[in-house]
Amino acid sequence: MTGKEFYIDNFKIFQEKLNGESKSFLNEIRKDALKSLSELEFPTNKVEDWKYTNVTPILKQNFVPAVNASVPKITEKEIQSYLFQDFDCHLLVFINGLYSEELSIVGQLPKGAVAGSLRNLTKENPELLSKYLNKISITDNAFNALNTAYALDGLVVVVPDGIIIEKPIQVLYLNTNDKENVLSLPRNLVVAGKNSQVSIVANYRGAGEKIYFSNIITEVFADENSIVDLCKIQNETDDSFHIEKVQAIQKKNSVFNHYNITFGGSITRNDINSRLDGENIETHYYGLYMVNGKQHVDNHTFVDHAKPNCMSNEVYKGILDDSSRGVFNGKIIVRRDAQKTNAYQQNETILLSNKATIDTKPQLEIFADDVKCSHGATVGHLDETSEFYIRSRGVPQELAKSMLIRAFANDVIETVKIDPLKEQINHMIFEHLHRVEIKTE
Amino acid sequence: MNEVKEISKENNSKGIKPVEETSDDMKMLDDLTSSEYKWGFVTDIESETAAKGLNEEVVRMISKKKNEPEWMTEWRLKAFRHWLKMEEPTWPNVHYPKIDFQNISYYSAPVQKPKLNSLDEVDPELLKTFEKLGIPLEEQKLLSGVAVDAVFDSVSVATTFKASLNEKGIIFCSVSDAVKDHPELVKKYLGSVVPYTDNYYAALNAAVFSDGSFVFIPKGVRCPMELSTYFRINSMDTGQFERTLIIAEEESYVSYLEGCTAPIRDNNQLHAAVVELVALDEAEIKYSTVQNWYPGNKEGKGGIYNFVTKRGACRGNHSKISWTQVETGSAITWKYPSCILQGDYSVGEFYSVAVTNNMQQADTGTKMIHLGKHTKSTVVSKGISAGRSNNSYRGLIKIGKNAEGARNYTQCDSMLMGDRCGAHTFPYIEVENESSKVEHEATTSKIGEDQIYYLNQRGIGTEDAVNLIVNGFCKEVFKELPMEFAVEAQKLLAISLEGSVG
Amino acid sequence: MLSIKNLHANVEGKEILKGINLEIKAGEVHAIMGPNGSGKSTLANVLTGNKSYEVTGGEVVFDGKDLLDLDTETRAREGMFLAFQYPVEIPGISNATFLKTALNELRKYKSLPELTPREFLERIKEKANILGLDETLISRYVNVGFSGGEKKRNEIFQMLMLEPKFVLLDETDSGLDIDALRIVSDGVNVYKNEKNAFLVITHYQRLLNYIHPDFVHVLYKGKIIKSGGKELALELEDKGYDWIKTEEVEIDKA
Repeated sequence: MTGKEFYIDNFKIFQEKLNGESKSFLNEIRKDALKSLSELEFPTNKVEDWKYTNVTPILKQNFVPAVNASVPKITEKEIQSYLFQDFDCHLLVFINGLYSEELSIVGQLPKGAVAGSLRNLTKENPELLSKYLNKISITDNAFNALNTAYALDGLVVVVPDGIIIEKPIQVLYLNTNDKENVLSLPRNLVVAGKNSQVSIVANYRGAGEKIYFSNIITEVFADENSIVDLCKIQNETDDSFHIEKVQAIQKKNSVFNHYNITFGGSITRNDINSRLDGENIETHYYGLYMVNGKQHVDNHTFVDHAKPNCMSNEVYKGILDDSSRGVFNGKIIVRRDAQKTNAYQQNETILLSNKATIDTKPQLEIFADDVKCSHGATVGHLDETSEFYIRSRGVPQELAKSMLIRAFANDVIETVKIDPLKEQINHMIFEHLHRVEIKTE
Repeated sequence: MNEVKEISKENNSKGIKPVEETSDDMKMLDDLTSSEYKWGFVTDIESETAAKGLNEEVVRMISKKKNEPEWMTEWRLKAFRHWLKMEEPTWPNVHYPKIDFQNISYYSAPVQKPKLNSLDEVDPELLKTFEKLGIPLEEQKLLSGVAVDAVFDSVSVATTFKASLNEKGIIFCSVSDAVKDHPELVKKYLGSVVPYTDNYYAALNAAVFSDGSFVFIPKGVRCPMELSTYFRINSMDTGQFERTLIIAEEESYVSYLEGCTAPIRDNNQLHAAVVELVALDEAEIKYSTVQNWYPGNKEGKGGIYNFVTKRGACRGNHSKISWTQVETGSAITWKYPSCILQGDYSVGEFYSVAVTNNMQQADTGTKMIHLGKHTKSTVVSKGISAGRSNNSYRGLIKIGKNAEGARNYTQCDSMLMGDRCGAHTFPYIEVENESSKVEHEATTSKIGEDQIYYLNQRGIGTEDAVNLIVNGFCKEVFKELPMEFAVEAQKLLAISLEGSVG
Repeated sequence: MLSIKNLHANVEGKEILKGINLEIKAGEVHAIMGPNGSGKSTLANVLTGNKSYEVTGGEVVFDGKDLLDLDTETRAREGMFLAFQYPVEIPGISNATFLKTALNELRKYKSLPELTPREFLERIKEKANILGLDETLISRYVNVGFSGGEKKRNEIFQMLMLEPKFVLLDETDSGLDIDALRIVSDGVNVYKNEKNAFLVITHYQRLLNYIHPDFVHVLYKGKIIKSGGKELALELEDKGYDWIKTEEVEIDKA
C-alpha cells in the first residue's frame, strides 16, 4: 500500500489519537479534505503546473503522520543551534509540525494578540479560528488535501485591529526522527487586523537519521492598512521533501512582504499566492534558491491583481550547482477592474555547473489596459569579464567567484529588514558556497 | 465608460448615434469602427469543389486530381491514418466552438485549362482578382522585382519570373509541380522539418494539402529577387491547406514573402498550413508574412481560423533563418514559427507584430531550440490588443545540453488599447547548458496618453497620433520587412486599429 | 623590469600579436601607439592573463619571474596593474568591499598584516583627494552608473590604492574631456617614480602631452615596426598612420 491509500488508511489511527479533539469544527474540515484526498490524484508531469517537478520520489515512501509516530526528545540546548540569534523575538518551536510548549518562549503580547499553536487554539478559541481557517486557501491538489485532512497543529498568529507586535515572531520548525520516516504537516494561520503589524521568521530545519516530508499550508489574511512580513528560510536536510502552499488575501492599503530562501531539501516546492482584494495594496515577493547536488527546487508564485491602484514587485534569484535543478513559474494576473496596476517580476538564475538546469516561465495575463507590467528572466553563468576584473586586482579566483555570487544574491538579501537575520542569511550563503566548493578550472 | 461603449456599438450597427455620446473621440470611434474589411469581395468564378467531408477516399481523390505519384498518395494516407488517432489540442489560450471536420470541403480549384503555357491563358477573372488585391501577375507590370506565386483557394494559378529564376538554377514553382518535376528533392525534404506526426493540424495538412510554393536555391546562389506567394481563399466552406517548402543549399540566400486575404463570409473557415524551411551550411532564409485573413465582423461572426505550423531547420553551420510576421487578420491565429538551431553558430530570429481588435484571438510566438554550439536567437514580439480581443505571446527557448555558448535574447512588449481586451505572455525557458545566456524581457502597458496628448498639442489628430505611436512601438519588427511589405504592413495596422482609441 | 621576447598571441584562433619585443626598465614610461586593430589591447590583456587570449609563443619576464606562468591574480599581486579601456560594471559589490578585498589579498601575499578599517579609510581619503573624487563613491557599486570619465578616474584611484609596480594604461584617454584627462594624468604623474614603470597604450598623441613618455613604439599588424623618443608621437600625429603603412611596405620589401 503506497501513497494515497496509505494516508487514507492512517486517518483512522489519527482520529483515534485525537480523543476529545475530534469533536471540534476542525474535524468536519478534515473529513471533507479526506474525501477530496480520495478523489484527487497527486500531480504528475502531465499537469502544467507540475510539468517540471516529478513527485514520484515523495510518493514512493510512506511517511507516518507525526501524531501517529514516535516523539523525539529534543533539549533546549539542541534547539539553540538551529535558531537565528542576536535579535529579540518571540519563539515558537514545532517538532515535526507539533507544538512544543516547553521549548517555546513567547513573551508578553499586546491585549488580544495571539501567537500560539493551532491545536491549543482549537480548544481555547474555536470561534476565532473558524472565521479564517481553511477559508483563505482552497484545495488545489492532493498535497493540499493531505495537509487539511490531518490538520492538527501549526502556527496561529492573530493580531487585533490597531495592534503592532513589535518583536518579530521566530518560528522554528524542526523535523527530526531517528525511527520512522515522518510526515510533518504544519497548518499555519496568520491574521492581521486593521492597522496592525506583525513580522514572522519561519525557520525550517531538519535533523535525525530518517528522511521526512514537510507538507505545509500557510494562510495569511491581511486586513486594511496592515503590514505582514513573512520570512521563510528553509535549510532542511538535503534528503528531505518540502512542499508549502502560502495563500494570502490582502485588503485595501495592506502590505505583504514574503521572503522565500531555500538552501535545503531534496525536492522543494513552494506555491506562493496572493489575492490583492482592495485598492492601494502592496505585495513584495523576494526569493533566493541556492542548491547543489541533486536538489530540486520549484517556486510557483501567483499575484492576483483584482482591484485598481495596487503594486506588486517580485525578485527571485537562483544559484544552481552540480546536477541541481531549478524551476520558476511566476504568474501575474491583472483583472479587468485592476486599472493603474504596477506589477514587476524578475527571475535570474546563475548556473555554476554544466549539469545544472533551470526551467523558468514568467507569465503575465493582463485584462486591464491602464497598467504598467513587466517581467524579465535571465539565465547565465558568472560573468567572466567581472571575474577577470576582480582577479586583475589581485583577488584569487575562488574569492572572486564567491564575491560575485554574493553580489548576485544581494538584491534579495538586502531587502530583509532584520539586520542580524540578514547577516546570518549572508553567512549561510557563504557556508553553502564553501560546501559547494566553487570549481576552479 | 464601458457601458457607453456597449451602447454605442449596438446603436451604431443600426446607424443611430447614441444619445449618451459626448466627446469627439467617441464620434471618431463610431466613424472609424464602421470601416470594413477591404479585401472581402468574392470572385465569381467557376470552381470545382469537392463535397464536404473527409475520409480515405477524399485523400485519394485529392492526390488523383493532382496526378500525384504513388509514393505521394501513400504519404498522404499514412498522415491521414495518423490524424485519425490524434486529439484536437486544447492548450492554447483561444476559445472557439469545436470544428466539425466533416463539414469542410477539402478541395476547391478554379476550373481552367489543364495545362497553362503562359499567363495569357489564366482566367481573366482570376487575374482581375489578384490585381484588385494589389498583386499584378503580368510580368511586365512587375517593377518591384518580386516573383509571385499566386494560390487561389487550393491551387497555384500563376508563378511569375519562372524562367529568369531557372537560369540561376533556382526552382520556384507550386508544390504540385515540384512533386512531378523534382520528386527527389520533395522526397528528401518534405516532412523532414514538420513530420506529419508533429501535431494535429500538421497531420491533417499532410493528408489533404492541395498546393503551395516550392523553392530551391542551389549552392552559392543569392536569389536576385524577392519570392512571394499570395494566398487567397475564395470558395465558401472550404478549408485551405497549403504547404510551403523552401530549401537553401550551402551559402545561398533567399527572401520569401507571404500574403493572405479572404472574402467576408459568415462562417468560420479553416486555414491549416505547413511551412518547412531548410538551411544548409552558411545559407540564409528570410521569411516574411503579412497575414490579413478576414478577421470576422465586430461581433466575432465569421473569420478565418488560422492554425499554422511553421518551422525552419538551421541544419548547417553558420546558417540563419529569420521569421518576420505581421499578423492583423484571422478570427483566431495560432502559430509559432520556430527555428531548430542544429548547426554550430547558426542563428534564429523571430520578429512579430500581432494586432487583435474586436473579437479576435491570437496565440502566437516562437520556439527556438538550441542544439548546436554557439547558436544564437533573437525574439522580438510586439502585441497590440484593442476592442475585446485577446492577444497571447507563447514562446519556448530551449538550450540543449550540448549547446555550448548559446545565446538568446527575447523581448515581448504588449500594448493595450481599451479596457475590454487582454494581453498575455507565456514564455517557457528551459536551460540545460551552463555556458549559455538567456535573457527575457517583457512589458505590458497602455498606449501612452501623455504621448497622444503631446502629439495632439503639436496639431496631430488622435488617430494619426495613435498610428505614429503604434508604428514606433513596432519599428523593430517593421525594419526587418522588405520595403514594400513594410509599407503595406503599416497601412494594415492603421486599418486594423481604426477606431480603437476612444 | 619587464622583458617581452617574440610574443605571439591568438584571439579566437586568429593571430593578433606576431612577435612583440619590448624592454621596460624601472622609472621608464613607454607609449605604444597604433591604428585600431593593431593589437594594442591584445597586448594589455595578454600581459594581465585574460583567458580569452591565447599565447602561442614567446616569453615575458617580469621582475625575474616568468609572467606567462602566473595566473591573473598572482600577476596583480606581483605588481601588474591594468587600467581597463572599458571597466566593467559589477552590481552588488561596493567599491569599498572590492578594494578592501584586493588590498588585503595583496598584503597577505606580501606577508603584511591586514589594514585596520581606520587605516583603510584614511588611505581612501588621501587617494580620493588626489583625484578630487567624492568619497561617497566608495559606497557605490563598482563602476555601476558611472560616467565614462568617472570609470577612468576610478581606475586611476584603484591604481593609487594598490600601488602597483607596473601600470598598463589601456586607452585611458578615450572618452575623456580635457579636465578629466588632466585629473587622470595628474594622478599618474603623482604616482610615477624611479621604482615603477608605465606602458601607455593610446591611439592618439593627446594623452602624451600630459604623461611624457621616454620611449614611443608603433604597433602595426601585431608587430612593433618603429621605436623612438617622444618626437615619434608628434610625427605620427602629424603624418597619420598611413605614413606607417607606407613604411611597412618598405620593411616588407627589405
